[in-house]
Amino acid sequence: MVGIKSFGVYIPFYRLSREEISTFWGGLPLPGERAVASYDEDAVTMAVEACRDCLKGFGPQEIDELYLASTTFPYGEKQSAALVAAALDLGREVLTIDLAGSLRSGTGGARLAAGAIQGKRARNVLVCASDLRLGLPNGPKELELGDGAAALLLSDSGVVATIDQMYSCSNEIYDVYRPAEERCLRSWEDRFVREKGYVETVAEAVAAALKKFKMTARDFSRAVFSAPNSGYLSTVAKMLGFDLKTQVQDSLCNAVGASGTAQPLLLLAAALEEAGPGEKILWVSYGDGCDVIALTVTNEISRARGRNTVKRLLASKGKLSYQKYLRWRGFLPAEPPARPRQEPVSAVALWRDRKCGMALYGVKCRRCGTVQYPVQRICMECRSKDDFEYYLFADKQGKITTFSHDSLAVSPDPPSTVAVVDFEGGGRIMMDVTDRDPAEVTIGMPVEMTFRKFREIEGISVYWWKCRPVR
Amino acid sequence: MESIKDKVAIVGMGCTKFGENWDLSLNDMVIEAVYEACEDAGISPGDIQAVWFGSYWSGVPAPSQPLATTLKLDYKPVTRLENMCATASDALRQAAYAVASGACDIALAVGAEKLKDSGYSGLPTDELAMGLTSTALNTFRSRMFTAPGHFAMMATSYFNRYGLSPEEGRMMLAKIMVKNHKNGTLSPKAHFRREITVEQVLNAPIIAWPLGLLDCCGVSDGAAAAILVRGELARNFRPDPVYIKALQVAVGPQEGYMNPRHDWTMVKETYRAGAAAYAEAGVKNPREEISMAEVHDCFSITEAVIYEDLQFTRRGGAREEIEAGTFELNGKLPVNMDGGLKCFGHPIGATGLRMVYELYKQIQGKAGPRQVKNPGLGLAHNLGGTPGGATVSVIIVGPK
Repeated sequence: MVGIKSFGVYIPFYRLSREEISTFWGGLPLPGERAVASYDEDAVTMAVEACRDCLKGFGPQEIDELYLASTTFPYGEKQSAALVAAALDLGREVLTIDLAGSLRSGTGGARLAAGAIQGKRARNVLVCASDLRLGLPNGPKELELGDGAAALLLSDSGVVATIDQMYSCSNEIYDVYRPAEERCLRSWEDRFVREKGYVETVAEAVAAALKKFKMTARDFSRAVFSAPNSGYLSTVAKMLGFDLKTQVQDSLCNAVGASGTAQPLLLLAAALEEAGPGEKILWVSYGDGCDVIALTVTNEISRARGRNTVKRLLASKGKLSYQKYLRWRGFLPAEPPARPRQEPVSAVALWRDRKCGMALYGVKCRRCGTVQYPVQRICMECRSKDDFEYYLFADKQGKITTFSHDSLAVSPDPPSTVAVVDFEGGGRIMMDVTDRDPAEVTIGMPVEMTFRKFREIEGISVYWWKCRPVR
Repeated sequence: MESIKDKVAIVGMGCTKFGENWDLSLNDMVIEAVYEACEDAGISPGDIQAVWFGSYWSGVPAPSQPLATTLKLDYKPVTRLENMCATASDALRQAAYAVASGACDIALAVGAEKLKDSGYSGLPTDELAMGLTSTALNTFRSRMFTAPGHFAMMATSYFNRYGLSPEEGRMMLAKIMVKNHKNGTLSPKAHFRREITVEQVLNAPIIAWPLGLLDCCGVSDGAAAAILVRGELARNFRPDPVYIKALQVAVGPQEGYMNPRHDWTMVKETYRAGAAAYAEAGVKNPREEISMAEVHDCFSITEAVIYEDLQFTRRGGAREEIEAGTFELNGKLPVNMDGGLKCFGHPIGATGLRMVYELYKQIQGKAGPRQVKNPGLGLAHNLGGTPGGATVSVIIVGPK
């Protein structure tokens, strides 16, 4: 039976209080906060995080296909799924596909994956959705949105939830949309968006799906709806006869915000973290139509117990000021520091370095066992030549041996915290420390690896790894 | 292996004023330094038989031809070289080796750097190195690493190892900067010539925690030059030549970035270059036999660790020596008598020869109010790169 074998999520460290945004612009204070991707994150880096969480306990060689869904891929042409696959160290023969354009692409990817598995083309398919959507400052979208990613591993064995039935419909409408050459969302009048967009489409689609599934609202212990805000969600849920308190999964709109393509996967993961064997879950995603999927939780769910990534990441957070948000998203032009211009980038050097740089491999000397980064050809300890095996650093934790907070370095988040990191199992890398409170960085602090964007020049985003305090 | 000791002598030196030399081009500074050196040696520039020209950044690419054009050399060999912050010291080393080999009798070593034409403070980006080898070294993937950032990590680690609170550590370092600024007031060619207080150092804006603005050296333009001849010919030029006793360079394999045994409280390259130089010069006890030193105080912490790496004191002994005044101008082993990088700034390609210039004048008894009593051997030390991976030169000079 096809289903979900594993799930993973990523919620960025920083949260922006909606009240702070409202206060700045002089509007009514709104409740809650929204997750904000750091200046060094984008849809690709957040996808890598969610996939890494999803693949805990699974080897990259087990993955046959990777579908990456987003409306905010960093490139118009150049596959983000291939970037993510390289960072995850998936095999070169993995089928990689980007799914773009709709908030429904994540659930669409799950449907495609189920088909690939049922058709025996693939055994394990990784489906990830990641989004970093923008609304113009002082607009409703800026308040409503949140950044994040989530991933599902679909398989035909060992699943924690079976995918029982599926229904989809499409809907041509200009409710929320973004022309390709623009950065920020546009939206038609809210009444139209709500009534003829979300509410009518979801209500009709779910009703049709339940009829097709020969099921009623009462058959489900949990209903997971993606929604731009909790108001839309409660309207639809009530119309369909779901009880808000006992059945409907919290939209996380007040803690994360509407995380676009990632939202339906993120909410399903949150539901699965709580679910017990035998529970039936209705999974609904909206965007230019609606996908409706019925699932049943299996006994395997006990395997996922204790992971609790959603709970953990919701609690692991730092406050971001609105000023920094505006600066990080490029809404606030600022005079650059009087420092040298950015050094050029070499596509050739990046290509040559993809194993060491993208997947964070170093080497281990076969002669003396010394672990070292970056990849060496002469061992720093025993001087033997070309006698190494590759050694993965990305999955190791380390400790800070020394550090500084550098105010001279050019950074959107000064001071730039730099550290020498010594790894469990050996090896050392000097890295930036991200998602940190400078006052809390100490010698001996445990850190974990995180895939980040370093800089963008001549259209090329240079990705590498940083460390962060263990979340 | 033979030693360079006494085979080569310096018979003339020149040095420009270091500072924001807005009205001087690189070529202007080269002319000033070289003509002062020639006049001091009693030769004309036409007598120079070969040139080693050190510049880190200025005039790249192909600065050898502009140099020959500037000085109107008569089709003589000119080699431009770069070896990070040890560039000028290495120009001296190359010129000395050529003289010692007999390939030429009179050689010029000149180092110059024009940093203040760039339009920003701090060091320029090494575009070639950072762009094209961007992924060869992990540190170069990011521009979020600066020189103060690197050296600040040594301060953090040093404080931690020796149990100093940030306040105690910063106080120790501040006293080094106060000393160098005091010496700088006595140096007419220094960029900064005013005294500072410990409070000023501690209260200055933080550049890279725990280092503040006054823990960092300045950014300056400058040039310096030396005329070298074979040792046995030196007295034909002047009665008080200064002899080269040791020329050593150590380049480390960047263990600070790769090897967990490297703890960022010492710079092994300095220790190794120093030990090799002492062996070459026949120095058994550096603290007793070296009478003065010009060292690479690019940051306050650098000078503190140098005291230990050059064996002027034991590991962890810097703080008590600073308290005892060991390295002050009238102390047992004066360090940075002219004010050091702190007061001269660090025009990269010129600094090493500026240090040797100070030792040369001290040994000849011409250092004016900075004059060290009975100067014997003088040591010049440059540290290029970072504590994690350094290019270090140690030069020892002295009277015959």
